[in-house]
Order: sequence, then structure tokens, then C-alpha cells
Amino acid sequence: MNTDEVERLLGRILPTVQKPGRYTGGELNQIVKEWSTIPTRMALAFPDIYDLGMSNLGLAILYDILNRQSDVLAERVYLPWSDMEAAMRQANLPLYSLESKHPISEFDILGVSLPYETLYTNTLNLLDLSGIPLRGEERTGGHPLVIAGGHAALNPEPMAAFIDAFVIGEGEEVILEIVRTFKDWKTRQEPRGTLLESLAQIWGVYVPSLYEAHYLEDGTLSHIETRSEKAPVPVLKRIVPKLPPPLTRFIVPFIDVTHNRVPIEIMRGCTRGCRFCQAGMITRPVRQRPVAEILDAVEKALAHTGFEEVGLLSLSSSDYGPILELVRGVNERFAGRHLNVSLPSLRIETFSAELMESLKESSRRSGFTLAPEAATERMREIINKPVSTEQLLDTAREIFSRGWHTIKLYFMIGHPSETLEDVRAIADLCKAVLKEGRRIIGKRAQVNAGVSTFVPKPHTSFQWVPVDATDQIQAKQELLKKELRGPGLKLNWNKPEETLLEAWLSRGDRRMGEVILRAWQHGAKFDAWQEHFRYDLWMRAFDDVGLNPDFYTLRERPIDETLPWDHIDAAVKKQFLTEDYLWSLNGRTRIDCRERCFACGILPKYADLRRAHPGETWECPEVRSPRHKSHAKDHLPTPA
Amino acid sequence: METTAYRYRLTFCKEESVRFTSHLDLHRAWERTFRRAGLPLAYRQGFNPRPRINIGSALPLGYTSKAELLDFWLEEELDTKTIARALTRAQAPGLPVREVRRIETRQPALQAQINSASYLVRLDDPPPGLLIQTTVDGLMNAASLPRERRGKSYDLRPLIETLLVKREGDAVQLEMTLSAREAATGRPGEVLRAMDLDPACAHIQRTKLIITQLEEN
Ligand code: SF4
Repeated sequence: MNTDEVERLLGRILPTVQKPGRYTGGELNQIVKEWSTIPTRMALAFPDIYDLGMSNLGLAILYDILNRQSDVLAERVYLPWSDMEAAMRQANLPLYSLESKHPISEFDILGVSLPYETLYTNTLNLLDLSGIPLRGEERTGGHPLVIAGGHAALNPEPMAAFIDAFVIGEGEEVILEIVRTFKDWKTRQEPRGTLLESLAQIWGVYVPSLYEAHYLEDGTLSHIETRSEKAPVPVLKRIVPKLPPPLTRFIVPFIDVTHNRVPIEIMRGCTRGCRFCQAGMITRPVRQRPVAEILDAVEKALAHTGFEEVGLLSLSSSDYGPILELVRGVNERFAGRHLNVSLPSLRIETFSAELMESLKESSRRSGFTLAPEAATERMREIINKPVSTEQLLDTAREIFSRGWHTIKLYFMIGHPSETLEDVRAIADLCKAVLKEGRRIIGKRAQVNAGVSTFVPKPHTSFQWVPVDATDQIQAKQELLKKELRGPGLKLNWNKPEETLLEAWLSRGDRRMGEVILRAWQHGAKFDAWQEHFRYDLWMRAFDDVGLNPDFYTLRERPIDETLPWDHIDAAVKKQFLTEDYLWSLNGRTRIDCRERCFACGILPKYADLRRAHPGETWECPEVRSPRHKSHAKDHLPTPA
Repeated sequence: METTAYRYRLTFCKEESVRFTSHLDLHRAWERTFRRAGLPLAYRQGFNPRPRINIGSALPLGYTSKAELLDFWLEEELDTKTIARALTRAQAPGLPVREVRRIETRQPALQAQINSASYLVRLDDPPPGLLIQTTVDGLMNAASLPRERRGKSYDLRPLIETLLVKREGDAVQLEMTLSAREAATGRPGEVLRAMDLDPACAHIQRTKLIITQLEEN
């Protein structure tokens, strides 16, 4: 189908669907290159609707990087909402790119962002709507190369059948190597297999078809076999040694999207070592951007976009070293410009009175979100988030007394060894915070508790532990619903079924791919949307495939079991995770590793990069120069 | 009370590519354009101060326009040429700036000044010109045209000021001027429906917003 036909069909369809602005493109700062003169064309996809996809910083960065190349073009594609999907299927309109309205099947490469697992069925839908065969093995030279990256790719196995190559880790550099390799291959006109083998040679690229999984009789994994000597084991996560200057030319949507703001990443990685947190482990090492660079980027981004809000993002914003200097700098530089500054992910213990004073000037929010995650000290020691209740109450007092009236508290239930008493403590803590609020500002005080259920994730210290069974989750939630009632209190929770879905998919092996395919064939999509999620379809899919969902959730995995992601090296050693898991069972905690390196494995793996980028922007201790290699060896941290 | 501010009126187009941008979204798009342009917009006070921008007469989703009106207030008095240049440099794609004028600050609200709006309608698959002309005559000669909108019945006839068939070779287009006062707004789609034509198969462009008191020349 040519682009004129796509446009013509759109003209008919768009007046009949909700929010047609999702499907038109044409926004400020989009880049449209001359299709016919550019040799390598890549479609960047977020497998959910525009409203969410437009807030994805990773794709925005890749869009910029790719379009800076004169011989590459990158265009965007998102999934249509159900009404639009129905209209498109009826009109035989294939999925097309927003910029030039070319069908996705005509691109050379389709790059899919997979930040979380509940996008898997959507990814199949994306391929189907594009007319691309779902299974990698069914694709030929005429089909786009399908690649994927993002946090969920750190366990690529459940999607192994559908994705030709995964990017493990950070995409800023590797994306260009992939595109170059593709371009060379295309000019040589070799079979698709050659392309896959060359891709596997790139640091951080995993080509699943070059690996085969073998299972034991009990259903656990025996080992992973490589099918080609070009397939490395393990596949080491890619990192950029130094964060490049932030993106400033963001596309400005015409319609209202999830995050209407300039997102500026101030720091990557986290050194706190919360045991449930996958992002904290897989994004190590910590790298910070200098304050001046961030301020300049904010300035430029505002001039390019006109956004009214800027988000200073990181996994733990208050851990950014010069945070006060940064917030003050923003206030000073942008005074009188009606700029709203958001600083998500503030840690309770680093959330100082001074920081709050500074935020007061630039933050128009009505409250703050704090994430104690657990309510008893025992639980917080188990998850390694040792904040004292007193610290939390102090912070709450500071917040209320500065005129804010809502505090959101995030908790997780279902941590290992949690009892009903630990859960009841969540309610008590919320009430205690509310009581402080009442005392300080009276009836306006409001506490919203968000209570999600813990899902063990690959590459974390808790990767071996079982998920709570449905009845356990229900009992805990019932308790909270009973206890957390009354004026000033609000409780949000997730259905246990939603938790289970995330849990199967997170630690799934290759066989899970068939379940995902079946679920999609039965009609599962938009699983991350409560109103769309259909548990029954997934149960049917497990049944069809003959797999037991409990195998992936309720089972405690022995420490020596081969895990489906063992051949993916997130750079934090399995030995370190094992030790940390055992520590947790004894209630032993670790301090922030910026104060003391625990030898998680990052340093030896990236010793050369560290050496080439000395100084404070990279938080791990420095390694010595190669001339002193023999000494450097003693200098390297050893496991505690 | 607002502080002294200088009031201006902007005329802009809404082109094909942005015809699905809603009134609310359009408002935000212009706020951002002013911010990019670095113009000192005046703000309404309050917990969440909003810039003083006012777009007249919401354009239905799917229509294009050659002449939308927007009033804005600046904290400083600036030359209209300077403003127009800054806005043009910063304009969002599909929303080109046509004109900026300084207007009397104490004038009534923009919406209150708008009396009627003209539209040009291009039909995908127009019936023969003669037939259309007969339909139009029938409509214009009717004493009343009872219609319903959102469950409320109203008379469409008095809202139609003019309705003309325009022929250019084989092409047949409709030109209409409809009342656009706050409590009495005629919609081109409704006129088409009254003529038994499908508004989904029409390209509707607003060509003019008519402000009586300023149009005496
Ligand atoms: S190498 Fe040491 S400092 Fe670096 S992330 Fe690991 S534990 Fe922390």
C-alpha cells in the first residue's frame, strides 16, 4: 500500500475514532526525511498507545541519534487503541509510521521498546497489524529485522521466538553499530542468517535463534547450547561509559499525553541495593550528569518545545549528589518563567528540609510521593531499604508543615517472609502519617496508600523467591481494605491476577513464548490496562500449551538451578546476588555502595571503561591504570 | 484583578495536518508557541497561574480554517511586527500565523464579539449541481428547520445567514455563513445533514469569523 492510499483511508477513518490526534503525526520537532534517498530506514515502536509511547525517553533518544545520521531515517509507530484497530482491520489498513505514513513492513528495521513485560501480547499485535510474520524463523530477507530493547529484555527468553535480536543494556551506542551492520549486510545481499550472526558479534546484542534451551525432566532448565561459534556466552550488557548530553529537541504532541513535560535524566543507575528492585541492579554503574549540563539542557529544551514542566529523572533523584545545587539552579535560572519542576523518586532519608524549601518555589504539585515499601523495620531490613519509621514521620511533618496536604505512600506486599502483622503495620503507618498531617494542617491532610504486590525479577537478589499465592495476596489486601478506611485515607491496590501475569512473564523461559502467542490468539492485548486484562485467556493459553503457571510463580528456585537468563550477563555477578539473598534471610543489610563498594561485579567487567573515564561522574571506585596492572589486581575489590 | 496588560488579536490558520486537534489541545499548543517565542504573556493569578490566552469560537474536530482568532495579553507593549515575527518563528506545524493586531484592552471578550462564521464545504462525491441548488432553495425557503442537538431541539433556519452553491467547472462547493453567537451557533455538519449529505464525506473549512463592530469599513 502506498502512502497516498494510507492517507486517503485515514481521512475516512479518523473522524470516526476517539482522539484521532494519536494517529496523524505532524507534531513540532518530528523529523521527516526523504524516504527514497535514505538507504536505511528504521521504525521505532512503543507497543502501546501514543499517549504512553510519547513519554518514553529511550525511544526519543534513539529517534534523535538515528536521525542525526545522514544515511538513516527513523520514524515512530504506536499501537492503535481498540476502536482504531477495529477500523484499520476493517479497512485493511496496515500499521504505518506517523512521519511518512509508510507501512511498517516496508522499513528495514523495526525496533521495539520493551520496558515492562505486560507489553508482550501488544508486541505480537504490533507485528500482526504490520503484516510481519510473528516468528523470527518465518521471516525472510524481505521482512524488517525485528529488534527489541528495554528493561524487560534483560530476560529475553519469553519473547525469543518473536524477536530477531535483543539489545541488552543501553542503546545509545549499540544502535548505530546495529544499523551499520545492517547496511553492510544489505549491500552484500547475503542470506538473513549471516546478518544475525554478524549482529551477535556486537557487544550487547543477543540473537536468540543462535541459542537453544534444554530442559530437565522436572521442567527446569538444564543448559543453554549455542548453535554457532559466533554466539557468545554470556552476552554482556552494554553500557555507555559517560552519559552523553541530554536530548533537548523533544517532539511536542498536540494531544494530551501521559507526561506533558521535558524529561531530563540527571543520573543513571542506583547504588542503594534494594533487593526487589530490578532497575537498581541492571542500570549500574551510577553515572551522573554535571549540573551545568543539565541546566543548559533544560534551557534549550524549553526553547525547543515550550513545555511548562520539566521532570528531573532518575531512579532516586534525591541521591543525585548536587541535588540542592541543581534545584536552586533551576529556580534561579527560570524564575518568572512559570516553570513547574518535578522530581520523582525522592528518597525519604535524603529528602532534606532545604531540598523541600527549594522545591516549594518551582513545584506546583499538591503533595509528595514517598516509597517506604514496607512498614516494619524487620521487613525493611529484608528488602534492604532501611529507613526508620521516625525518619518517615519526620519527612511527613516537614512536608505537611510547608503547606502541602497530600502524601502518597508506596508499599509492596508479598516480600519474602512477610506476615499479616507486617501488613497490618502498613495501615498503622499510614494512619500515623495522617495523624501528623491532621495535627499540622487539620482536615485537609490526606494520605493515599498505593500497595502493589511484589514480583520477583531476574538479576535481583530475590530472583529465586516464590510469589505469594492468590489467597495469601487476597488475605493481605482484605486486611488493608478493612484497616485503611475513613476520612483522609485512600488505598489503591492491584488485582492478584495482574500480579501473577507479571510474575509468569518476568521469570519465564522460552516455553513461555507459546503461552504468550496463544493468549494473544485468544484475544489478549493491552494487558497493562485493567479494563482490558483477561486472566481467563491466559489460563486457557497455559492449558493449551500444557504448562503449569505455578511452576513460574509459587516455586522457590534452588540456588543452583540454571535460570532462563543465566546466559545474559547484567554485569552484577550471580555470586553477589546469591550472597545478598542469603544476607537478606539473616536480616543483614548493605549500605549505599557509594560509601563502600561491595564488589557487585561491575568494576572488573568494565575496568577498561572505568579507567578511561576517571572521576566522580561514575560512582564506583577508580581502578588503576594498566601500567600498574599487577598492583591494580590487589586494588580491585574482592567479594566481602 | 489582573494587572495592566496589553491586548492583541492573532489570526491564524488551522491546516489539514492539525484538523483533529481539539479546542483544548489547541489552547495548549498556543501556550507553548508563546513560550517558545519568548513573549511575555500575562498570567491569571491563582494556585496554578494560567496564561491569558483566549481562542474564539471553537472549531469542530476535523475542520480546517483560514481565519481563527485568538486574543492574548502581554505584560509589555510590543510592536505587532515583532510579535508576529517571534510567533512565526515558533509556530507549531499546521498553525501558521496570519496577522497580529493591537486591540483595545477594555473590549468585551472575544467570543462575545463574534457574530457569525463563514465556511467553504467541499464534497467528496457531490450530487449534480442542479439538484444541490434545488435542495438549497428548499432549505432557504423553509419557515423553520427543526433539528436536534444533544437531545435538545432547536430551529436551524434562523442560524443560516447565507447558503450558496458555488460551481467551478465540474466542482460543486457550498459556501455558508452561519450564526456563531454563544447561544446561537449554527454547525455546517447540521446544515449538510439537513440537506441529506454525509458530513463525513465533506471537507469543511472555516474561511472567516465575522466581528460586526470591527468590520464597518
Ligand atoms: S562495583 Fe561497587 S560501587 Fe560499583 S555498583 Fe558495584 S558495589 Fe557499587
